Order: sequence, then structure tokens, then C-alpha cells
Amino acid sequence: MNSDLLIAVIITLVGASTPILIAALGELVVEKSGVLNLGVEGMMLIGAVVAFAVTYHTGNHWLAILAAALAATASSMIFAFLTLTLSANQVATGLALTIFGTGFSALFGQAYTGRPIAIFDSVFPDELEQHPVWRVVFDHSPLVFFSLFMVIAIWWFLQKTRAGLILRAVGENDLSAHSIGYSVIGVRYAAVAFGGAMAGIAGSCFPLLLTPQWAERLTAGRGWIALALVVFAAWKPFRLLAGAYLFGLVMAIELYTKASGSTGILPSEFWAALPYLATIVVLVLISLRRSQNSAAPACLGKPFLPTQ
Amino acid sequence: MPLRLEKRAEPSKAMLYLTPVAAVLLTALVGTIVFSLIGYNGLVAVREIFLTPLTNPLKWQDLAVKSAPLIIIAVGLAVCYRANVWNIGAEGQYVLGGIAGTGVALLTRDMSGPWILPLMIAAGMAGGMAWAFIPALLRTRLKVNEILTSLMLTYVAIQLLNYLVLGPWKDPMGFGFPQTRMFTADQMLPRVVPGTIIHLGAPIAIVVALVMWFLMSRSVFGYQVKVVGSAPYAARYGGFSVNRTIWMVLLTSGALAGLAGVLEAAGPFGRLVPSFPTNYGFTAIIVAFLGRLHPIGIVFAGLALSIVVVGGEVAQTTTGLPPAAVGIFQAMMLFFLLASDVLVRYRVRWRSPVTAEAAA
Repeated sequence: MNSDLLIAVIITLVGASTPILIAALGELVVEKSGVLNLGVEGMMLIGAVVAFAVTYHTGNHWLAILAAALAATASSMIFAFLTLTLSANQVATGLALTIFGTGFSALFGQAYTGRPIAIFDSVFPDELEQHPVWRVVFDHSPLVFFSLFMVIAIWWFLQKTRAGLILRAVGENDLSAHSIGYSVIGVRYAAVAFGGAMAGIAGSCFPLLLTPQWAERLTAGRGWIALALVVFAAWKPFRLLAGAYLFGLVMAIELYTKASGSTGILPSEFWAALPYLATIVVLVLISLRRSQNSAAPACLGKPFLPTQ
Repeated sequence: MPLRLEKRAEPSKAMLYLTPVAAVLLTALVGTIVFSLIGYNGLVAVREIFLTPLTNPLKWQDLAVKSAPLIIIAVGLAVCYRANVWNIGAEGQYVLGGIAGTGVALLTRDMSGPWILPLMIAAGMAGGMAWAFIPALLRTRLKVNEILTSLMLTYVAIQLLNYLVLGPWKDPMGFGFPQTRMFTADQMLPRVVPGTIIHLGAPIAIVVALVMWFLMSRSVFGYQVKVVGSAPYAARYGGFSVNRTIWMVLLTSGALAGLAGVLEAAGPFGRLVPSFPTNYGFTAIIVAFLGRLHPIGIVFAGLALSIVVVGGEVAQTTTGLPPAAVGIFQAMMLFFLLASDVLVRYRVRWRSPVTAEAAA
């Protein structure tokens, strides 16, 4: 393997990992507050179509990312209203959000089929990216640096700030947090909104970073893999980083075996199924290591009913 | 807020049955407004989607054909959801049902006899069961979340299907098309209404719903599912094994999704093609909820959703509404249903100053 190919694989790996990492970071915060939002895939698709449309019409990638975040946040508020205000079942509502996002993106994306947009590439000057080592460091989209920054920011927020402590308290013991005087529902609304924004940005990675062509369901289940990663990472941001890059590696292998034309003794469909099989394997491994799902926030998925 | 929610002593039966109807009506209403706002003729679109399949007798057979797999899958999912087991991978189990049934069809290509079709159906059910076996095993042995495993297996199932129809099972006389051989007459479901496309799947769906209704309301199995779902600790205390229940509900729903798959393969499709996964497995989730997780409710909900599916196709040709719009309608229905659920458990009251003070 020559160094050019190695660099190309690393850059592909980083690109493929980024949307999963961003979406999983958002969901991590949501789940830390005690809410399980299964609508990640749907919110990502909404972010993807909005980012595509805004880039197509304005050519401004930053505006596209902002719009994607806002649109996905808006959709997450449907989920928040149903599950938090009306205490509807979180699993069913999350599924409804994914079905909604899938339909929404297909409906609005249809007009953009076959219309390419420009990739949101590295913003550093080309001179910096001459040397192979510097290319590996700098030749990434700002979205990649954003995802890495957010790993640290979320770790710091959850572990080192008072607001993070309150958020964790709400997720671990909602009744106690309520009795001390914190607004459980308010904190959870904020967490769901944040998760929505992150899922939207994650969705924007698909048209801006990976495939600058519109295709229906272009997120291809990555939102679900992000959900699995949160479990894999035991709700810890840095482990999420490791997990996302592991999946990036699996997906980079898939892409390069496909591109090279020779898929070895295994059919190409096997490689296409590999990320999903890997997700299952990872979930199995993690459960073997932990006796119980003790790392999960205690109130995860349960509605908050203070009067009962 | 001037409105106040007051918990009902018991869930309202009237609301339980009225809210699904309200959800469908609200979807039609809001759908009209939303689709008008984004530049379609909303009124015509909604009329085509919700009414044309009912008023045009030519579409009735489509309703029967499309509601059958929805009902069969949803009845199985409802059993899972009652037990608080979240199988969302019915689409994959459906695909495996189709694959297993087709496997038998390809093996029995040169044979004839009335035993072939029942064998295919049995294989299809076993295929769906096998696919549900994996999340069941992982959940009961290792406590791996069945939501993620069952969904991941759906993607794997679709790749398996692609592999088979593009590779070993490809029709050698198919001019290179990715498809298996056409099934023989003995391998196809018989039509039950002459002159229509309504096949044996429709009566099977009704029988499945009736059998599951009986099982859920009259058998120990049904009781066990409900107790495990609503009060897992009480279930353990009462001697019901939670793991055994998880096994039973996942295998039941897998078998039913597989049954729907093989019936589709041997019915409308007549062979396996890459477009075999038609989203029935996901739409059935909505059917299960809209039918209130009750087999008979699901029959009506399955009909309602098949109206939307058939109507969506009508609207596509007459008003240019994209096929994806149907997904939005389906999601809206579920949103409205979940939102109106609050009326089942709570009573909405105007907050009067006196009671507000009393409450404070």
C-alpha cells in the first residue's frame, strides 16, 4: 500500500465517521437527560435534504449547515412535545419521527435529483496540504473539525459544568431533580433540541462531505448505527470517538473494495452489509463485557410523571 | 395554561376507539393544508389518497391485496409491542420469508402437486422466524437491545436478497435482469375472487387476525404477554418467565412477517426481484399502533393504511404527488394518534380559579 492510498483511506475513514460521530454525540446528550429519541435517522434525512437545497440555491455551505440544524431541531420539537408534554411512548414517537423524516426528505429531495453541488472541502490553503503528514491533519472539511471539537466540548459540559451535572441528574433520577427544583421537562426539551441540531448537522455531512448528489435515503441507516454507538460507548464522548472511527474504517474498507472492483472471495453485498453486521457484533461484545446495562442513564426512555 | 389535564381513574374506552379515527381525519385535514402550502392541489391530493380507493370499485381489489401483508405483519408486531418487546425489523423478517419461500420454489421447480405451496409457506414462516431468532437470542442471553439488532438485520436481509437475485438465483433465461425464475402454477397463490387479483393472502390475513385475537384474549399465552408487558415484576412473581415471553413474541412476529413475505412472493410478485422489500414491515408498525395493538383493530387499521398506499399511487398518476408523500401522511397519522393518546389517559378540563387554588 503506497502512502497516497493510505492517506486517501484515512481521509475517507474520517469523512465516513464524521456524520455518525456528530449524530451520536447529540443522541448521547439526549439520552443522558433520560430521553430515548429513535428519530435520529429521520432528523438526519431532514438535515441532509435541507443542507442540499440551501447549498444548491445559495452555494453557501455555512448557511446550509445552519439551516439543516434548525430544520432538524424543529422536527425534534414534534418529538419533544409528544413525549415530554403529552408523555407519549418514546419508542413509537421516535419511529414516527424517522418515518416522517424519510418521507419529508424524499418529497423535497426529488426536485434535486441529478443536480450536483460543490463539496464542503478543507478551508486551509493548499500550501499547508502539500506534505503527506499535513494533508492527513488539515485536508478535512470544517465539519470534521467541528465533530472533534464537539467531543471535547460535550465531555467538558457533562463532566465539568453545573448545567451538565443538572442534565445528568435529570437523566439518572428525575424525581429527585424535580424535588430539588429543577425543571425536568425543561432540561429534556433543551437536550432534545440539541440532539436535533446535531442530527441535522450530521445529516448535512452526507451531501456536503460524502455524496454531493441527491439520493433518497442517502443516510442508509447511519442514524441507527449512531444509536448503537452510544450504547457501545457506554455514554462516554471519547469512547464515542473511538467507536465512530472504528465504523469509519469498516465503511472505508467497503468503499475501497467496491472501487477496486475485486471484492475478494466474498460478494460485494457482503461488504455492503458489513457495517450493519459490525453493529450487531459490537453490541454483542459490549454486552459480554458488561454484566448489566449499568452504564445507561437510569431514567432512559421512561416518561416523567411527577404527580404519581 | 387555561387547560388542565386530569388523570382518569381508568383509560377511556370511548377515546381508545375514537382517537384512531380522529387521527386519520386530522391527517386528511392537515395534509390538505400542508400540501396546498407547498404548491400541490392539496384538496385533490387528499381526495385521491383517502377517497378514490373507496369510491372506485376497480381499486377495491388493490385494497384487499395490499392490506393482507400489512395486517399479517402488524398482528405479529402488536403481540411484541404488548410485551414491551420492540421488534422494528419486520421488513427484514418479511424479506427472509420471501427468500425462504423462493428457495423451496426453486428446488421444486420440476415437481408438481398441491403440497408445494404449503411447503413454501412453511419455509417462509421458518425464514422469518430464523431472522427473529437472532434478536431474540441476543436479547434473552446477552440483554442486547432488540430495537437495534432487528433493524440492522433488515439491512442485512436486503443485501442477502440482492446477492441472491444478482448471483446464484438469477434467472438464466432472464436476459440478465436481476430476478429469479418465475414461479410455476403450483407455486403461486390461487385467486379467491375470480376476475380479480385478490389471492389467498386476503382470507389468510383474516384468519390470522382471528386466531391471534383468540390467543391474545382467551389463552394463557395472551395473558402472559400482557402481564409481562405491563408489569414485568408482577410477571416474575406470578411465575411467568420474561425471557420465555420474549422468545415467544419475537418468534411469533417473525413467523408472521415471514408468512407475509412468502405470500407476497407467491402472490403479486411470482418471483424474487430487488424491489421485493416494499416497506410493508415499516408501515405495519403504524398499522399496529393505529389498530390499538388489537388484532381486530388492526384489520381496520390495515385497511385504512392500504387506502393511503393505494391512494398514494392514484395521486401519483393524477396529481403528480411524489410517492414519498405517502410516508408523510403515514407519519402524520402516527403523530396525531400518539398526541391524542393523552385523551385516553387524561380528561381535559378548563382550569377554574377555585380548583387551581385547591390543587396548589
